[in-house]
Amino acid sequence: MIKSLADLEKVASEGERRIHPPHLKVMVGAATCGIASGAKDVIHAVEETLKQFGNGAASARTGCIGMCYEEPLMDILKPGWPRITYSHVKPEQVAEILSAVKEGKVVKEGLLGKIEEIEDYTRNTRYRYPLENVPPEIAAVENLFGLEFTAKQQHIAMRNCGIIDPESIEEYIARGGYRGLYRVLTEMKPDEVIDMVDASGLRGRGGGGFGTGRKWRYCKAAEGYRYVICNADEGDPGAYMDRSLLEGDPHSILEGMLIGAFAIGSQQGYVYVRAEYPLAVKRLEKAIDDARVHGLLGSDIFGTGFNFDLRIVKGGGAFVCGESTALMASIEGKPGEPRAKYVHTVEKGLWNQPTTLNNVETWANVPVIAVRGAEWFASIGNPESTGTKIFSLVGKVNRAGLVEVPMGITLREIIYDIGGGIPEGKKFKAVQTGGPSGGCIPANLLDLEVDFDRLWEAGSMMGSGGMIVMDSETCMVDVAKFFTEFLKDESCGKCVPCREGLSQTHEILKRITEGEGQESDLDLLEELGKAMQDSSLCALGGSAPNPVLSTLRFFRDEYLEHIKNKRCPAGVCTALINFEINENCTGCTLCVRNCPVDAITGERKQVHVIDQDACIKCGVCLDVCKFDAVTRNTRNTHSGGKSQ
Amino acid sequence: MSHADWEGQAKFTIDGREVVGYKGETILEVARREGFDIPTLCYHEALEPYAACRLCLVEVTTGRRTKLVTSCIYEVAPDIEVKTSTERVIRNRKAVLELLLARAPDASLIQKLAREYGIEKSRYPLVLNDKCILCGLCVRACHEIIGASAIGFIDRGTERHVGPPIERLSERCIGCGTCVYICPTAAITLKDVSKPMPGVHKHPYDYEAPDCSICGEMNLESESKVGEK
Repeated sequence: MIKSLADLEKVASEGERRIHPPHLKVMVGAATCGIASGAKDVIHAVEETLKQFGNGAASARTGCIGMCYEEPLMDILKPGWPRITYSHVKPEQVAEILSAVKEGKVVKEGLLGKIEEIEDYTRNTRYRYPLENVPPEIAAVENLFGLEFTAKQQHIAMRNCGIIDPESIEEYIARGGYRGLYRVLTEMKPDEVIDMVDASGLRGRGGGGFGTGRKWRYCKAAEGYRYVICNADEGDPGAYMDRSLLEGDPHSILEGMLIGAFAIGSQQGYVYVRAEYPLAVKRLEKAIDDARVHGLLGSDIFGTGFNFDLRIVKGGGAFVCGESTALMASIEGKPGEPRAKYVHTVEKGLWNQPTTLNNVETWANVPVIAVRGAEWFASIGNPESTGTKIFSLVGKVNRAGLVEVPMGITLREIIYDIGGGIPEGKKFKAVQTGGPSGGCIPANLLDLEVDFDRLWEAGSMMGSGGMIVMDSETCMVDVAKFFTEFLKDESCGKCVPCREGLSQTHEILKRITEGEGQESDLDLLEELGKAMQDSSLCALGGSAPNPVLSTLRFFRDEYLEHIKNKRCPAGVCTALINFEINENCTGCTLCVRNCPVDAITGERKQVHVIDQDACIKCGVCLDVCKFDAVTRNTRNTHSGGKSQ
Repeated sequence: MSHADWEGQAKFTIDGREVVGYKGETILEVARREGFDIPTLCYHEALEPYAACRLCLVEVTTGRRTKLVTSCIYEVAPDIEVKTSTERVIRNRKAVLELLLARAPDASLIQKLAREYGIEKSRYPLVLNDKCILCGLCVRACHEIIGASAIGFIDRGTERHVGPPIERLSERCIGCGTCVYICPTAAITLKDVSKPMPGVHKHPYDYEAPDCSICGEMNLESESKVGEK
């Protein structure tokens, strides 16, 4: 049981021995992204190898450090050396790499970088690794935190992700964990905590951008049995920052919630997490159990008389349950639909009691603010949008992964400096931010500073932090259709504008992509979109037209090309395009063998022909052809096509 | 967070006329009492407001802020200015009606309301042709008034529809006919599915009613089963 600072320090030193043991330690990134890339086989290989080594050599699993494009990642910590990182590790390489390390040598292949020091934001210290008297390969390799991908990042919410074993409360405490809670409980009054969070400028990371301190203040002022909730119902396609935080550092969220609970006067909290995140749920459960065992959850925490406990509620996978009132209805066991009331949830939320709901990332920031203070946090980022924000940078970008950057960084810096630009030298076309209800931002706004207000002005939003990069081969009408279809399926269907509006928007977009659109459709889409923004019941419906409205705003010409010229400039909309084989064809039959519908005929060493009626326009022939013999026409040249 | 700090009566205006409302009353309740015309489809005096049809939208000015609100759930407060037929209100109501007309072109109430707002024909394609507009009156009446909860919403989004649990004939249906009576678009019909029992027909289900437990008049042996469409 931890009851005092001395107890905390004792656990911390135990954790420190686990993080930096006196013997060889091998860590493998084992968040969902790592596991999907094959981390489990690597872990197995590491365990097998270390078994032969003996001498206390240990393996450990860490969360995701954000470099998803380099997974699986293996980190090696040998006393006297800096921490070194190997990327794209294959199980069969493991024995060789580790045997070399054991003998004081270094395998160069796959060596990505070394960690020279780790910043401890919570305690404002740095752990410095020895850099003298190391093998030349290590001396030569770059600092992992100095790579293009990492140099402009600042990991505050992700401070422990990829660094510690997320299932070890000791390691979390060794990195300054639960000191924020200790400080708040022993030195501050609840109102002072709220003032501090308010002054830090922290705004809701779930997308709303509402001032966290203000929210807490309203909730504390309301009478009743107060609740705190962590919204971990992350559902945006391509966005996974909350999952990574839960998988990589669950205690940071627990500690944030404990501090929030103390500030507003709550004794019971809930974490509403997607059932589709089994690893996050498992690590969260372990964290809650460990916190209870150490007396950090339960009654009389730190001997201060403060009581608080947490429950996990698993969501059934409805996107709309990320909306706060739908989420609370779901916890209550009702259908996950937004409720119809003008009273705010801070006054009447869960079971009609005052409720403070914040997103995973918001909670993860709180412990650091509690130790380092409001001023420090407010000095990072822009004046109106302080701190950092995690983005999941995905799509047509060279380095996909999780990126935590100070607010106010430009889109160009994120996409080009950190993300390494567009693959195969293609042209950047747009970036979609804010998830399905966000918007697409075109190339001429690449120097836009990324913060809550700038993104709103550009017709998009911060959302929870999805960032999908699109290149010249992305059709913006098709993108609008994709997100509209997603939302159409995920709308709860309660109110007319959202349910019927999405259905009709999708229908109109579908006919435009099929070459059946009319010019008047564009005005109709805009009119309908504005009505949906104005009259929908909840924020899902209110923001659902954003993909259509923002693409219409910035890419209207592309819509018109589909309508007037029956042409898809990006070559995506299958009804409007076709494939042909030109005279470059050497008759190698590769396309014939790969065509999934046997639409290509042709003898060896003779020019092949595509049967246009049978072709499903999957583009496999174009992908496999080695002689540039397949042409993709952005207008369907086949007279039998539907669009003619 | 503002409209909680008062007690008793609230004087405010609707379309410029001064009216009085009481704590806890909604704009719609006061407006209807005072004779103002605000259209609704999902509202019923006997049921909890639901705020789904979005026809009762009005504009409310509090202090310097003017916003579009749902009058069936927005509680009155002193000194608010309510406007029931501004350009923005009308534009949004028309949008809702045009969408509903594309869903339920054969529902006479929708036709009538649309015509009142100058819409003869919807510009939207006919995606579904369903008289049910999902206003939820039947579901809520069955739950809140009858207490049977024999029907509910199934699926979500554009797939949403009304039916009994797991789409099987519900034994909880007592054949009271309330859902039929309350349905504004005649999407639910009542028909005899067996003698001498009245049964409730709701697309695509027939409800056979079990006996009245008080008078015991009807056939005690009756067996519920899914009927034809």
